Formats: sequence, structure tokens, C-alpha cells
Amino acid sequence: MKGGPRHLWEAVADHDRRLGWVMLGPAVVYIVAFIGVPFVLAVLLSFSNATVGNPTIHHFVGLQNFIQVIHQRQFVTGLENSLLVTFVTLALLLVLATIEVELLARPFRFKRLVQTLLILPWAMPVALAAIAWLWLLDSQFSPLDWIFRQIHVLGPGGIFGPAMHFYYLGRTGLALASIIALNVWRMLPLAVIIVLAGRLSIPQELFDQAEIDGAGVFRTLFRITIPALTPVLIVAVLFTGLLVFGDMAIVNLLTSGGPGNSTQVLPYWAFLQGINGGDLGAGAAVALFLLPVLLAVAIFALHFAYRSRED
Amino acid sequence: MAVLEIRNVTKHYGKIHAVDGIDLELEEGELLALLGASGSGKTTLMRMVAGLEQPSSGDILIDGESVVGIPPRHRNVAMVFQSHALYPQMTVRENILFPLKSRKVPKETWQERIDWAVSMLRIDHLLDRRTTRLSGGESQRVALARALVRDPELFLFDEPLSALDAQVRNVARAELRDLQRRTGITTLYVTHDQLEALGLGDRVVVMKDGRIRQVGTPEELYARPADLFVASFIGNPPMNLIERGETIVGVRAEHLVLKDRADFTDAGIDLALRVGQLEFLGSEWLAYGVEEDGDGGRVVVRLPPDLGDNVTLGERYEFVAERRHVKHFDKQSERLVE
Repeated sequence: MKGGPRHLWEAVADHDRRLGWVMLGPAVVYIVAFIGVPFVLAVLLSFSNATVGNPTIHHFVGLQNFIQVIHQRQFVTGLENSLLVTFVTLALLLVLATIEVELLARPFRFKRLVQTLLILPWAMPVALAAIAWLWLLDSQFSPLDWIFRQIHVLGPGGIFGPAMHFYYLGRTGLALASIIALNVWRMLPLAVIIVLAGRLSIPQELFDQAEIDGAGVFRTLFRITIPALTPVLIVAVLFTGLLVFGDMAIVNLLTSGGPGNSTQVLPYWAFLQGINGGDLGAGAAVALFLLPVLLAVAIFALHFAYRSRED
Repeated sequence: MAVLEIRNVTKHYGKIHAVDGIDLELEEGELLALLGASGSGKTTLMRMVAGLEQPSSGDILIDGESVVGIPPRHRNVAMVFQSHALYPQMTVRENILFPLKSRKVPKETWQERIDWAVSMLRIDHLLDRRTTRLSGGESQRVALARALVRDPELFLFDEPLSALDAQVRNVARAELRDLQRRTGITTLYVTHDQLEALGLGDRVVVMKDGRIRQVGTPEELYARPADLFVASFIGNPPMNLIERGETIVGVRAEHLVLKDRADFTDAGIDLALRVGQLEFLGSEWLAYGVEEDGDGGRVVVRLPPDLGDNVTLGERYEFVAERRHVKHFDKQSERLVE
């Protein structure tokens, strides 16, 4: 029985372009609805004086929101911290991912188990991870502190003085370090997955040849492995960098921006201003400051990746 | 003293015996070809000599000293892989310098070593080029220069010509032979191509299933194959093997001549063939026929160019061969009967 549904199916399936649009459709709808529309909305909000109580977009106030937020102390701190945390996290990720990938590229016993464990930080919901770390970094009951006391790093006669605790989240420097640590811990599996794919595509014969030519571990690493990994390392930097820079969950859960305002970061400040504080216009303005940085990083990284491909 | 000694070496992967008891000696200045099909164990054996794998049992001695357990970095061998394995993010010059730096060769000798290797392989115009911008033949010469520059005890070649186009391969083979003669470096050469082995080797080792079937000069292997496997592996087209009761008679396509054209009387074999196919190969013809009075086995005969036109398909022709060219193999043991 011809005609009807079958006819419609053939009208689409036999024409490549139409089929292409049909298959792309859901993805396009998703991007427009959940990324495009909110983005446009954010831009409109930043130029308005909308609040949660009175969310009207059409009161145009020009650059007033932007000027206002630039002068906020929390904004400046947030920008500095965002850049610092992201930069340090990425540097640590590059080093650690390269090392971990060297380990995973070789066969060893229990490798499957180790691989599963190494994925966990990324697979775990961020709230769960944050709560576990809140306990690890607790001012009174931190298990880390307990270990340090046992090995005489803390406590009377210890390397870091008679203090019994490190107060990881209570001191500015340490709090930022804790945020960086949690970011690295969480992002490392993602970075490793990306870099491992690149590492495994280096032909084994190259390493055999290097061994016979007399290269040791370090020479092989710096003259063969890392140059070959450059494009893939850039992709890893791009992905993890964007995720870290735009993340508010970790700061929210770990320090709430404290102590004082010292661990404030831009996305979290945008959230505090816009949602908690109710000033949608100002919140949107803060958030939009993220855009040029993220765009610059993305363009820069992709340019480098394409260039090393050319070689 | 032999440069390389392999003493009863085996290699197991679980139940698989990749190498099953090999004894071999390599003399100085010699090019020894390891010939065999994939899975014969020849590459595994070479990798054990290089140090990339460890033997399950047996000993390997380079210059009289056992090297089992010593990593490749500390063995005085150089290796050239099938893919040439040039370091992609470096120039040709940096590639050639790499082993000198890694092996901590005295810096004063670098320039003269590079000059020598570069002139040997005639690649001075390529020195500053990126390795990704080389043709197959060029990259092979760079790989050779890189191996040469350290002046090692032993050269290992793992099918280095396989990646080249057929045209380039002949030239490359001749250049390789010339290079080896001039430098006199002791070489172990792995290949599955019997033409390469015969053309390059001072001696050839035929391997199958991890064992040696025959060792000898190319002439010995060609004229007196030790068993059926060697007989059918060496020579192109493969040796004709004809059943005669408990014996298998072997005679090569190039040794069969038409009976009325034969200039000898004492024939080692008398074959009547009905010609089914003719192949024109430029310098010769190949006639494929079926035995009339025997078991109907297929036989290939090489015909000189002038004869090819005069042979008709479907006709019966009689061929003979000189007694010295006819080999007899025992059907059971598959070995040559002298």
C-alpha cells in the first residue's frame, strides 16, 4: 500500500539536503532555544534596569549597568580571581594530564580498575564532590589535618608550627588554593580523556625508534611526545578552560565567595547580583564580561591548533 | 668472532611460539636476510636482537657479550623500520642529530659524522626540510643516514623497502646493496620478498613458524632447496612440484625447454603439457599448462620471447629439463633427496 507515510519518508530520505536539515533540526532548535535565546536575553537585560520583582526589558538605560559593576569591589576581585584560578588550574592540568596519560598508555595490572577510579571525579555530580571536599577541608574535623598531625607537619613540633589545623577555607590564600585544587581534581579526567586519545594515536614505532636511538624518558617526552600532543593539549585547554572560567558551583558550595569576598569569581558574582540580589540588569552585565575573555581564548586556541596541524 | 650470535632463542606469547629455537651467527660485514611470510617469527627475532622484546629462553650475544636484559639504549645497534619512523616535528638535520645527542656521542665528532652520512646517502639538499615534506624514497634515505651516523656494530632493517612504490624499490634495492658494500656494516635484514632477500643477502635464512628451514647463499637456496617449503618460496614463478608416487619432483619454470629444442639428451624429466593459458610479461612468456599423462597437475613454463607467439592454446607440447635442474623431494618428510 503506497502513499501516505511512506511517500513522505521517501520525499525526505532520498534528498540529501532535506535529510540533512531534518537531522540537524533538533540540534539547531536546542542551540537556539537554550543558548541563543538566553544569550540575547542576557544582552537585553544588561542594557535595561530589570529586576526580579519588575522584569521589564524595554527600559533602556545604556551602559549604566556596566559602569556601575566595574566600580564594585567584588567585581574587581571576582575578575582577578577568575583569571588566576583558571590560569593556575590549566597549568596544573597540562602537567598532570601529560604525566597521567603516559601512565595510561602503558599496560599494567588492574588497569581497568584504575581507569574507572580516575574517571570518577568528573563523573561525580559537582555537589557531591563539593560536599566530600567540604569535609576534607573542614576547619575542625579535616582528615587531611589529622594525617598531617600524625606525620608531624602540624601540631606541636610540626613543620608548620604549633597550629593543629590548616583552616583551608578560612584563610584567603588557602581558600583560593582549595578552589584551584578542587577544580583540578574535577577537570583532570576530562583533560586526560582528550589527551589520551591524542597520545594513543602516536605510532608505537616512533617510540621504538627513539629507544633504539638512545633517548631516555625525558628526551622522548619533550622531543617526541609533547610536540605530537600539542594540538590535542590545546583542545584540552580549550574545553577545561571554558568550563573552569564559567563555573560558579564550586565557589558557591565551597566558600560562598568567602572568607570576606576573597574567593569571589565572576560567574558567582553575576549570580549573587542578579538572582540573589534581584538586580537582573547588573547581574547580566557582570556575566557578559565573561564573554570577551572566553571568545578570545577560544579563537586563540583554535588558531594554534590549526597552525600546528599545518605542520 | 661473529658480530651477532643467537643461541637457541625462543619466544612464547602464552601458547603461541612466535620463535621456536633459533641458532644463528652473523659475521662481520655480512648482510644476512631473514626471509619468511608474516607470522614466521622473523620480525619477533629481530626485535629481540634490538632489545624491544626479551627472549623467553636462549641467549643473544653482540660482539661476544650477552645483551639479554640490556635495553636498546645500551646496545650498539641501529634500526630502520618499515615506516622509516622519522620524528615528525623535526627537520632532517635534527633527525640525524637525535641519536648522536641521545647516545652522548662526543660533540666534536658530530659534524664529520653527519657529513659522511649525508654524502653517503646524497641528501645534503634535504637537511633543512621538515620530515613531513619528503617523498618515500627521500624519507628512506634520511632514515638510513640517521642509522648510519652512529656507526653501530649492527644494522637492523625491518622490511625497509615495503613502503616504496614498485618502481622506486628496484633502484632503492641497488642503492642499499651498494651502501652496505661501501660501509661494510654488518646487517640483519628482514623481508617477506624473496627477490629482495636473494638480491641483497650474502646469506639468506628462510623461516617458517618460528623455525629455520634453511640457511645458505642465494645460489644454494635457489639450486638446492632443503625442503618443499623453501623450494616453493624461493623463485618467481614458484618451482613446479609434480607428484610421482612417493616422490615429489621439482623443476623450475625457467629450466623447462621444448623437447625438440633441447640441446641435451640426458633429460631429468619428460613432461607432456596441454597449454591452457599464456601470459606475456615483456621479456618472456609464461605458459600455464596441465599434465597430460600424469596426475593433471598444473605446471608453469617460461618461454623465450620468440617462442611465445608460436605456442597455441589448447595444444599439447612436450618439455624436458636437464638432470641437474630436477630435484626430488620425499613426499612424507618433504625434504630434498640427494
